[in-house]
Order: sequence, then structure tokens, then C-alpha cells
Amino acid sequence: MAENSAEMPLTLAEKVWRDHVVVRGEEKDGQRSPDLLYIDLHLVHEVTSPQAFEGLRLANRPVRRPDLTIATEDHNTPTLEIDKPIADPTSRKQVDTLRANCEEFGVRLHSLGDANQGIVHVVGPQLGLTQPGMTVVCGDSHTSTHGAFGSLAMGIGTSDVEHVLATQTLSLSPFKTMAITVNGSLKPGVSSKDIILAVIAKIGTGGGQGYVLEYRGSAIEELSMEARMTICNMSIEAGARAGMVAPDQTTFDYVAGRPHAPTGEDWDAAVEYWSSLATDEDAQFDADVVLNADELEPFVTWGTNPGQGVSLSESIPDPAGFHDPVDRESAERALQYMDLAPGTAMKDIRVDTVFLGSCTNARLEDLRAAAEIIKGRQKDPDVSMIVVPGSARVRLDAEAEGIDQVFKDFGAEWRFAGCSMCLGMNPDQLAEGERCASTSNRNFEGRQGKGGRTHLVSPVVAAATAIRGTLSAPSDVTADAPVPA
Amino acid sequence: MEPITTHTGVGVPLKQSNVDTDQIIPAVFLKRITKTGFDDALFHAWRKKDDFVLNQEPYRHGTVLVAGPDFGTGSSREHAVWALKDYGFRVVVSSRFADIFYSNAAKQGLVAAKVAQPDVELIFKELEKEPGTEVTVNLESRTVRCGSVEATFEMDNYTRWRLMEGLDDISLTLRQEAAITTYETTRGAFKPTTLPAKV
Ligand code: SF4
Repeated sequence: MAENSAEMPLTLAEKVWRDHVVVRGEEKDGQRSPDLLYIDLHLVHEVTSPQAFEGLRLANRPVRRPDLTIATEDHNTPTLEIDKPIADPTSRKQVDTLRANCEEFGVRLHSLGDANQGIVHVVGPQLGLTQPGMTVVCGDSHTSTHGAFGSLAMGIGTSDVEHVLATQTLSLSPFKTMAITVNGSLKPGVSSKDIILAVIAKIGTGGGQGYVLEYRGSAIEELSMEARMTICNMSIEAGARAGMVAPDQTTFDYVAGRPHAPTGEDWDAAVEYWSSLATDEDAQFDADVVLNADELEPFVTWGTNPGQGVSLSESIPDPAGFHDPVDRESAERALQYMDLAPGTAMKDIRVDTVFLGSCTNARLEDLRAAAEIIKGRQKDPDVSMIVVPGSARVRLDAEAEGIDQVFKDFGAEWRFAGCSMCLGMNPDQLAEGERCASTSNRNFEGRQGKGGRTHLVSPVVAAATAIRGTLSAPSDVTADAPVPA
Repeated sequence: MEPITTHTGVGVPLKQSNVDTDQIIPAVFLKRITKTGFDDALFHAWRKKDDFVLNQEPYRHGTVLVAGPDFGTGSSREHAVWALKDYGFRVVVSSRFADIFYSNAAKQGLVAAKVAQPDVELIFKELEKEPGTEVTVNLESRTVRCGSVEATFEMDNYTRWRLMEGLDDISLTLRQEAAITTYETTRGAFKPTTLPAKV
């Protein structure tokens, strides 16, 4: 990362960093100790916070800025019968612990049953708490989602959660910057999920390590905020510490009018500041990756890490053809776990379950896109599908549009909000050997349930797959049968 | 946090890349609200298989895990570090670590030693040639020794200093309290607050 001299052209990430330095790291022996950065927003959930609150209690420390902190319940919450006590005693204990901690430390909490409960990364933006140019942290790796607003948003571990609660700062070493330029425009049926899956397949699950990624180029500029969030969300799957998109009119329009958005003079001051954050024209990135959106097709994973993916129209690669022995071994192992053979056409793979949910793809726009495909059609009878809105608010909004009915008519289950089958901490889990087309972000072994097999897909591919029973593109559905009148 | 300068212990070869945090500790164990007692959770799925390395002597009591590249990818769960430590590991050697894992490890006094992949391969060979071979990691000299292999590892000065001193981050930062308070007075008035709640 460049030095912070006033004349030096800077990237978006460097500007946000510059504006949050509380104490600059010391230079010694040619190395610099970390900078102390101020944190504008700290999001908290039940899984990674109990030990942090416990640490505060033991050291007799308060939460420094409860007014910059917000909590919600998401990972453990059931998606059925939410009016009953949580059945699993350990899940219930964790949620109860969060409630008690928030009460004790004065932290605002949106509990199960509240209209603003939901996946922490859906709730922040929806309340207008996520805004451009902020530093946002959460004890959750997919905090990178908030980078879509041009914020520096990072996942942190529990020790850092405690550190932020106690000090509202974080000690961080500067990152390198990588520009991911996506030129051209997406074709119909291809979505931002396909962009990020293609990026990860290109640079690898370790390709972003040490970097903050900035997504730019015409295809990114054309995306809605929700689609940008999907991309930034999965930056962590490329190993990056964060992903960002420069704030523009699309960003401002999204933030405007939300409950915590600035108003009046504050709004004008905010927009002026936000508009100054875009990467300077002659700023240098440490690395550059270029993709062409025109060439992208729906993308899907075949393996057990998000980098193991291909276009849906392709076949499973033969590990024998991989040059790198590490990649080869990993691919062989993945195919064994996935019970798939090299050369199989992706579209011949049958699934048992379709999961439409998670902080990657369970915002209103995602549900609308999937509903558009399935409307008037029937689900493959052998496939089960669950739809889990990202937040209670998304669920309400979808119901107001009648989208819930579209899913129900189709034969899908319409559930309450939460992380659900993205990681199966609640009862929503795959059975041993079950195969799932999932709009979530991780296809790790056992992630969605012990022995479960995950193919990562976009919402429209999930919808098409639920109709045909095999991994399918939206265009396959229209080819089968014209759109019903 | 216990200061650590050198450590010697049985090396455990885990010849896999992308050992993600869901493998290190599956999500079901994240429901606990304590910070210790995760030793049973470590590599939970793999430990059910007899041929898994930790189910074999002399690896069972190993304290230095030697793994393929991209160790600790995936979630931010610090539980992954707690589980490794609770099991008895003091050091993980890999050519590449996921960023969050790396920083979590440093905070808990687990040494994540970044050793170049060719050297990792040589260490694997030593460990396979003579199972039970000890690995010595020295933070002072930033070296890893195993049998006839001696390799250097990368670690920034600050992380190394904190590990060697066993320093707690929060008390370090609270020395900067005045600077934090000053910074707070300069924040833009338009910046959002969560309280009072507006919904
Ligand atoms: S939806 Fe999945 S990835 Fe997102 S916060 Fe929840 S568990 Fe994590």
C-alpha cells in the first residue's frame, strides 16, 4: 500500500484506509508495525461473540461504542416454527447468551421474530447502516459483502471482536491492492455470481491472499447494489481480506431513504465525501486481473473448494490434466468426495436439493430473479427446494410482491430468515450423500451437512435446476418449453 | 498469552492443500460459548477414519502440524485456532495461510510458520522417512529444522515480537486511548450510528 502523501494518487481502498488511521505504525528495521484503524460499524452475531463478551467481563471493560455496534441472530436460528423456543439446546444457549450479553452491554439486538432480524450482512445494508467509505467489521468472513458500498469491510476472529468491542479500533497491517476489471456486459441469464465464481476459478482460492480486491469495469458499473454485494461477498473465497466497488450513483440511490441514511445537509456532505473516494486515475494497483463479461456463461462448481468450477456447458475436468501436483491431488480428492467422474457433462448431474439462500444470494433481487424463472412451472418431483430469505425484511417484502406464492405454487418451501443450510448450524442440513445446488458461497466437504455435496450456483441456475432436476441454465428451461402465457 | 521463542515437537504431516476451517472444526462445534475444550472437535470428520494421520502413532501426540498450501481457508472462526491449540499443536507449517487464520493464530500464540513449498515437501519426506521425527521452530532465527532439513520461514517483525513477548492486543491498544478519543472528534457528522435505533 502506498504512503499517505497528499499528492500521491490513491486507490479506493487506500483512501478509506487513510481516513481511518488513528495511530500510524512505526517504521523499524525496514518493516512497519500495523496501523491502528478506527472502526465505523461493528456487526455482531451469536456464534463468534460469546467468548469476546466474556473477555470484556473478565477484564471489567465496557463496550466502547455501543452506538456503532449492532447485533442480530442468524446462524443458529430455525427457519420453521420460529415462535417456539429453539429446539436444539446448544443453539438456544448460544442465542440466549447473545441476548444476555447485548442486554448487559447495551448493544442493539434484532432477535428472531423482529422485522430486522436476519443474516448480519443483509441487515446492515438494509438498515442503511452500511454506507460508502466506512470501515466495517464482523466476526464473520463474509463481512466482505459490505465492500460493495465502497467500504473497507473485513471478517475478524473472536479476539478481534473483543478488541473492537473494547477499543472501537483494530490493529491492521496495510494490504496490497488488486484490480479486477470486468469489461463488457453480462448476457441474459448470466449474473454477478457467475462473475465471482469465474474470478475465483481464475485466480484460485489463495489468489487474493494479502490483497484487497477492487472490482471495476463496465460490467461492474452496470450491476445493481445487490449484485455487487454478491461479488464482494465471495472475495473471501479467493482468499482476499476484502473486496470493494467504488461508490457511484447506484450506491447513493440504494442508501438514500434507508432508516439510518444521512438526511438534509448531512446527506450532501456525505455524497460529496463518497464521491471523492473512487480510485484516482493514475493510481497503481499491486496486481491486475482482467475478465470479459461478454464471454461469461453461468458458472458452477464441481469440487470442494469454490475455485473448482467451470461453465455450466462444460464437463468435469480430468485431474490428470492438471500440471500442479497440489491442484491435481486436490481435484482427485474432491471428485471422490463429490462422487463424480471426470468428463461428465455438468448438465448431466442430478441434484436432490436446491437451496436458495445465504448472504451471497438471498436478497430481494435474488428471490425475484429465481421466481421469474419458475413462475408457472413445476418443480421436478424428485428435487426438494427450500427458499430462505436473507432477512425477515426481505421475506416481508417478497410476500408483499407475492413472490412467496410463486415459490409455494412451484412446490418449494418458503422459510423464515437466517443462514440456514449455508452452513447447517440449525436443523436445515443435507443428509449424507445428498447433492445440492446451492446459491451459498462454500462447497467445502460437509459444509451443508455431513457427507453432503454442494454445487455453487446463481439464483437463476438454482431455479432452472429445480425445474429440470439436473444442473441447468435458465436458457435450458425456455428451450424445453416456451414461457407459459 | 504464553511467550514462545522456540518449540520442538513431533511433526505431523498433513499432505493436503486447502485444509479449510470447516475441516479443522465443523460448524456444529461453534455452538459452544467457551474458549477452551475444543480438542475433541479438531478435524472431527477426518478423525473418524482410522487412516487419518492423527489416529496413528507416533503422530497422535504431535505438536507441529505440517500441511499443504492454503491452510485455514474459509471462515473467520477463531475456534479453528483454539481447537489446534487445545489438541496440543503449537506450530503449523504451511507455504500459504489464509489471512484471517494467520492473524487469529498470532493472537492466540499459535505459530503459523510460512515455509516455501519446496521446503515443506522436504519436511514431508523427512517425516515420512522417520515417522516421529521432531520439528524445531525458532522464532528468533525464523527457522524450522526437521532431520537434515533446515528452512527459514517468513514472519513480520510485529507478529514475531508479540508472539515472543506473549502480548495481549487490547492492553496494547488501550495505551492509545487518547489518540482514539481525538480521532473520534474528527469523524464526519454524517456517519451513521446504530443508536438510537431507527427502523
Ligand atoms: S449465510 Fe452463510 S456465509 Fe453468510 S453469514 Fe450465514 S453462514 Fe456465513
